Amino acid sequence: MTTQSDNSDFYFSTARELRAKFDAREISSVEATRSILERISALEPSLNSYITVTAERAIADAELADRRLQGSGQEPTSLTGIPVMVKDNFSTKDVETTAASNILKGYIPPYDGTVVSLLKEAGAVILGKGNLDEFAMGSSNETSAFGPVHNPWDTDRVPGGSSGGAAAGVAAGECFIAFGSDTGGSIRQPAAFCGVVGMKPTYGLVSRFGLLAFGSSLDQIGPLTRSVADCADALNIVSSHDLRDSTSVAPPFTDFGKDIDAGVAGMNIGVPKEYLVDGMDLGVREAFEASLKTLEDLGANISETSLPLTDHALAVYYIIAPSEASANLSRYDGVKYGLGVFDGKTSAQATEAARGAGFGDEVKRRIFLGTYALSAGYYDAYYKKAQQVRTLIRREFTDAFLKFDALVTPTSPSTAFKIGAKIDDPFQMYMNDICTIPVNIAGLPSISVPGGMSNGLPVGLQFIGPQFGDTMVIRAAAAYERATNWHQNHPLI
Amino acid sequence: MDPLTPKDVEHIAQLAYIKLSDEESEDMRIQLTNILGHFASLSTVDTDGVEPTGHTTDSNTVMRQDEPKPPLSQEEVLRNAPDRDGEFVRVRPVLE
Repeated sequence: MTTQSDNSDFYFSTARELRAKFDAREISSVEATRSILERISALEPSLNSYITVTAERAIADAELADRRLQGSGQEPTSLTGIPVMVKDNFSTKDVETTAASNILKGYIPPYDGTVVSLLKEAGAVILGKGNLDEFAMGSSNETSAFGPVHNPWDTDRVPGGSSGGAAAGVAAGECFIAFGSDTGGSIRQPAAFCGVVGMKPTYGLVSRFGLLAFGSSLDQIGPLTRSVADCADALNIVSSHDLRDSTSVAPPFTDFGKDIDAGVAGMNIGVPKEYLVDGMDLGVREAFEASLKTLEDLGANISETSLPLTDHALAVYYIIAPSEASANLSRYDGVKYGLGVFDGKTSAQATEAARGAGFGDEVKRRIFLGTYALSAGYYDAYYKKAQQVRTLIRREFTDAFLKFDALVTPTSPSTAFKIGAKIDDPFQMYMNDICTIPVNIAGLPSISVPGGMSNGLPVGLQFIGPQFGDTMVIRAAAAYERATNWHQNHPLI
Repeated sequence: MDPLTPKDVEHIAQLAYIKLSDEESEDMRIQLTNILGHFASLSTVDTDGVEPTGHTTDSNTVMRQDEPKPPLSQEEVLRNAPDRDGEFVRVRPVLE
């Protein structure tokens, strides 16, 4: 492991700090981008956060951003000139988009997804495409066809997943902000494992057009950042009403950072006891209890509550998400794009061969689970039942938010585990998502912030808000961040 | 629940259009049986009269204005095809 470089203040600065340096003419976007590209070259052999780095495009974007920052053309935004990463399940025009799957290697999309378009319009500098679990299916980034991502805090450990490249990249200073997707915790859990901020907004706030679909009723794009303020800024840029996504919600959109300084004094915050699961790491539990004390010291009213259906959330999720995935991934037929295999006699045999060769084990497992749950004779017992329990889980949250402004939980029952530790036991891997999954089932906003350390590894603290309570979770998370210094810890890399 | 049989796995593979090796099929059978076993407790939840939730937002069918917009060019549409013949995508025979 390398020692902390002299430039670490720069690499670990927040996007707001970098933006202020642009305004003060201390550094240009081109200089910042070149510096980050050098750091990416130096760190990638040990981290593997990126699948594709688009250096030339990034420099060209930065040149445009510098002109905009100097006052020519459009008014700059909070992200103008800021080097960012997007997860490789975001469709990017003319840049290979793989979802970390062999079935899409070499696929060059003819269009940008809405979030990528919004980032370009805002003047952000896109450095490249972040590594992920194949089709975002995984909690450790080990299912990527491009190899695992290594956690910058300990490269023998996973960064979490599925947005593992995004979290590792932000933690290691390989970008200033990353954009990931979260279907059952895929932004928040890796953010927790890598000691950065990660937010899953309310379902519908950010367009999914151009996000390679996994579980369409659960998927949501969100930012991974080094501060809560950067998270609010980034959400302000990427949230939109999009006619190309029928689940996209209508405006008006608020400034998600408008209450960021309001604090938590007098706020009622519930602690659902079911999230403190058996088998939770002692270090995670201790960090969580210390965080509750911090929130109390800040004037929040903390009380225990119960969400008994949490015990069924894992089953609901692992029926609904694979069911939706099995339908969404039926488009990969080896005909119009992606891997083609032509040793079969018929079109159907060619498709079976392409899918058999192109999908990895975890993706196949989920397609099989979903296909089974949707098949004749099992639909009512699995898929319909899960959707009904989903209704009850939503009601349980709705009732809880009559009493509480927000809920607080650990983000994950463990810290980052060793690469290889859980990959052979799918159910153990699924259990890792227990604290994040219920939020997607109910479509709620949730943010994970650095909330302590355990044996040298970051612990995440998760705030959950009511539907469209995105400003509330940002407000609570920011108050916690101001009172602690966990977010100022950086890996020695 | 009863363990899945090799025939069950074969049936799902056909529905999903995924070819598995014999070894993959047996692993899949064991893992799916294990995972589904963990989900059996769902049947204990009383859901009588409960409406299923598909989406958490009120999503109705959204119709855009019926106005033509520029489509992708033929070249853009075809450039990713794994097997192409001029302006066509080549596929294997649909019927044996």
